[in-house]
Amino acid sequence: MRTPLRPLTRRGLLTGTLGSATMLVTAGALAGCGTKGAQQTEAGCVSEDLSGTEKKLAFSNWPQYMDVDDKNESKRPSLDAFVASSGVQVTYTEDINDNNEFFGKVQNQLAACQGTGRDVIVLTDWMAARMIRLGWIQKLDPAKLPNVTANLLPSLLNRSFDPENRISIPWQSGLAGLAYHGGVTKEIRTVDELLTRPDLKGKVTALSEMRDTMGLLLQSNGHDAANFTTAQFDDALNKLKKAVDSGQIRKFTGNDYAPDLAKGDIAACVGWSGDVIQLSSENKKIKFVAPDSGVMLFSDNMMVPNKATHRANAEELINYYYQPAVAAKLAAYVNYICPVKGAQAEMEKIDPELAANPLVFPDDALLSRSKVFMALDEKQEKEYEGKFQQVIGA
Amino acid sequence: MTALAHVPTSTGQPPGPPPPPRRGRHRLLPYLLLLPGAAWLLLFFAVPLFQLAAASLYDPSGSLATGYALTWAFGNYPDVLQAYWPQFARSFGYAGIALVLALLMGYPLAYAIAQKAGRWKNLLLVCVVAPMFTSFLVRTLAWKTILSDNGALVGLLRDVHLLGPDGRLLATPIAVILGLTYNFLPFLVLPLYASLERLDHRLLEAAGDLYASPVQTFRRVTLPLSMPGLIAGTLLFFIPATGDYINAELLGTPNEYMIGNVIDSAFLVRLDYPQGAALSFLLMAAILAVVFGYLRRAGTEEVL
Repeated sequence: MRTPLRPLTRRGLLTGTLGSATMLVTAGALAGCGTKGAQQTEAGCVSEDLSGTEKKLAFSNWPQYMDVDDKNESKRPSLDAFVASSGVQVTYTEDINDNNEFFGKVQNQLAACQGTGRDVIVLTDWMAARMIRLGWIQKLDPAKLPNVTANLLPSLLNRSFDPENRISIPWQSGLAGLAYHGGVTKEIRTVDELLTRPDLKGKVTALSEMRDTMGLLLQSNGHDAANFTTAQFDDALNKLKKAVDSGQIRKFTGNDYAPDLAKGDIAACVGWSGDVIQLSSENKKIKFVAPDSGVMLFSDNMMVPNKATHRANAEELINYYYQPAVAAKLAAYVNYICPVKGAQAEMEKIDPELAANPLVFPDDALLSRSKVFMALDEKQEKEYEGKFQQVIGA
Repeated sequence: MTALAHVPTSTGQPPGPPPPPRRGRHRLLPYLLLLPGAAWLLLFFAVPLFQLAAASLYDPSGSLATGYALTWAFGNYPDVLQAYWPQFARSFGYAGIALVLALLMGYPLAYAIAQKAGRWKNLLLVCVVAPMFTSFLVRTLAWKTILSDNGALVGLLRDVHLLGPDGRLLATPIAVILGLTYNFLPFLVLPLYASLERLDHRLLEAAGDLYASPVQTFRRVTLPLSMPGLIAGTLLFFIPATGDYINAELLGTPNEYMIGNVIDSAFLVRLDYPQGAALSFLLMAAILAVVFGYLRRAGTEEVL
């Protein structure tokens, strides 16, 4: 039996035509979509330097990453001294709270070779590496950075994403290692203990920052975190997966592990030295551990993005902060690892106790065990980050 | 979907006599009134939605550096579904359980405020709304303290052996579901309150006069009359709860991550725009399917 055709009505015809037309238009417009490549080249995106005529500089940094006056929080002694001595008016903005978030903020401008209104930005190694890879960062002139050449810590020289040390200059550095709360658990020495000790089950966190967590695991397997193969990465990831599946690792965190560790909700974790110094100043039982297998060294780097118009002023600022006396003043306030040689001697004059703190001025033994994570190309980054995210559950 | 918020209040008075037809610009007036809202919707909803649709069909082998080409890669959809179906299932499961809990708490609460609170009515309403004056994030962080391993609540539960000596609430599904229930409860209570508040007492008395037991009165009078509020409330609760990722992020662990966490990481961490967009679309489609199924069963045309 044949089903009778529905009679054609004017209304049916109209809606039918309109509907198909809308769909066609939508499909046509969609086909025109797609994004252009974000990659820039030095020749393709040339930045002009107006430093000769404009004594200005826009400096974007993370919150609480600059020394302030004890009595007046709006005064920044080291920066004010720079303004006074150089005559460069610095607009200091604390508008970087998160690498990914900041990337999203400037991504559209930099992908289109437009200015961001910022002359100096401070970003963590891996994000710096990504931006350098995308060609979004200007090269600096080493001749204008004599203090950097003379005083940059050797472990931070020739990093794989910036082999000539002229694109990204460390502002402050830090270590990723282990931390534990002595009031809740006994001492912890190795990554393996963290991942397998039964009394820690469900009381361990690791960092959601792949490079820090995976770097420590790679090292605990005896591999080089600065130079490893995919098979070695998978090996280390498997080790992590076992700890996740067994319920040993309670969660993966950003900075938010700090209050949990302070409360004792977690007993031990993978954490950052800067946070742990702060915690242990309030509670002596919280300790940072640099496992013998090695720790991860990371830096937040000063960089001059494309189309920033005050590169020479920026170089002057960077060079200024690489004077040991200035670096010591800054380190005394921020408590991160100071990337400037000679600052330790200057620190003796300000705060001898801090000068002896290996987490601000690491000794050679510790530095020789610290690695900077291998620079990844975009394909590797996507692959490794994807696998890691799968294990940590995101 | 926010338009639903107005539903319970819009069914009150019968419509007045239609106004006499007018000429000239008066006929354009309704369209002019619609204009700001429509422009807003177009600019901030339709256009981004369109872009998202395009992004979900980008060639998955593209990258930020080289750009993405639109290759009608419909394969993105099955790919993400295969990779992330547990998080999808979890989102609907957690939101569903939270909804049941919220209904068990919210209906009596709304009823009590609307019918029994007397002069405390306004104060109680303020109590329901007041937490919304602080940020969502701060409220969720407060739950971290409440549920803390060394906190009073966990201590009490351990003492009465509801939790083992090493048991915990934080970083478990329970914490995430509690957080969802708490954070979205007001969205359920307020529309319910609005429809229960207009409940005509004479109808309840009439039911009693006709020998209906209190249970029967509730089932056959109160509940049907509060249906518009109930439906609007459940939708306002369920839709944002399903897409939420803050509760899972702060109170849960990777094992409790919901689909919102995956989308967040696809866009911001992994920079996998095709995957992120495809996941967002799937989430939208799944929610729409659930909502339409629900509305069809609940049999209310007023909401649509």
